[in-house]
Amino acid sequence: MNALTLSNSLETYLVLGALLFGIGVYGMVQRQTFIGMLIAAELILSGASVNFMAFNRFLAPDPVVGQVFTLFIMAIAAAEAAIALSIIIAVYRNFKTIDTNDVADLKG
Amino acid sequence: MTPSVFSAEGLSGVVFLVFVAATVAGALIATNARRLIRSVAGLALAFVGVAGIYYYLGSPFVALMQVLIYVGAVCVTIIFAIMLAETTESKLLASRSPFFIGLGVVASAAIVWALWALGRETPWKPAASQSGGGVEELGKSLLTSYGMSFELISVVLLVAIIGALVLARRGRSGS
Repeated sequence: MNALTLSNSLETYLVLGALLFGIGVYGMVQRQTFIGMLIAAELILSGASVNFMAFNRFLAPDPVVGQVFTLFIMAIAAAEAAIALSIIIAVYRNFKTIDTNDVADLKG
Repeated sequence: MTPSVFSAEGLSGVVFLVFVAATVAGALIATNARRLIRSVAGLALAFVGVAGIYYYLGSPFVALMQVLIYVGAVCVTIIFAIMLAETTESKLLASRSPFFIGLGVVASAAIVWALWALGRETPWKPAASQSGGGVEELGKSLLTSYGMSFELISVVLLVAIIGALVLARRGRSGS
């Protein structure tokens, strides 16, 4: 296996998708602001999209299905980002902070 | 077979490695930067890298959409939110305690290891024959086989736009 022919094997893309997903999970655990967690969620979604596109390219008999699915993931991610950011702005207006530890009114 | 670095295949391999490096480096910057604005810049870098990966996966249309939607729309929206919400005096993010950072590293390393092993060990069966997959087929199937899902996605986006407006306006002084 040569480093220059990596783009022709399915494993490369699967490993890249796993790396994106893992980095996203790490960011989700480690971040303390809502915007940081949203960024980590976007990384997780793009890891999933890379996996879909890789299977689409190498394994699917009809290579349109994965592209359609990836486009739908993009639309859902855009909707999710818009809603999450408006919630973050509303939270900031009420609490004057976007730190996850300070927004704890319901904590017993 | 080992292509030379200066042949066409070798150069395309080098560009592919550059895209992979940009993706991983951008993701690491996005999760580890101490300023949120740099973290968004890392996210944009990772998205450009992923767009290049899509190009290598034979789908220039999805690569273009990735650049347009993620780099052009999502990253800019996040930057707007940071400028609206982030106050100037609290620029540096506090770091988590080492316990939580260790927990995050262990959890994500376990997930990456499991997915990596799964991807390498499974005997994937390549498709017997692949045909199509161009922009024309994609457009046709979006309006025929996946027409219902397409319309539903439009409704979801409309609801998201209206919901975002309502959420962000509520509580504003004078309204």
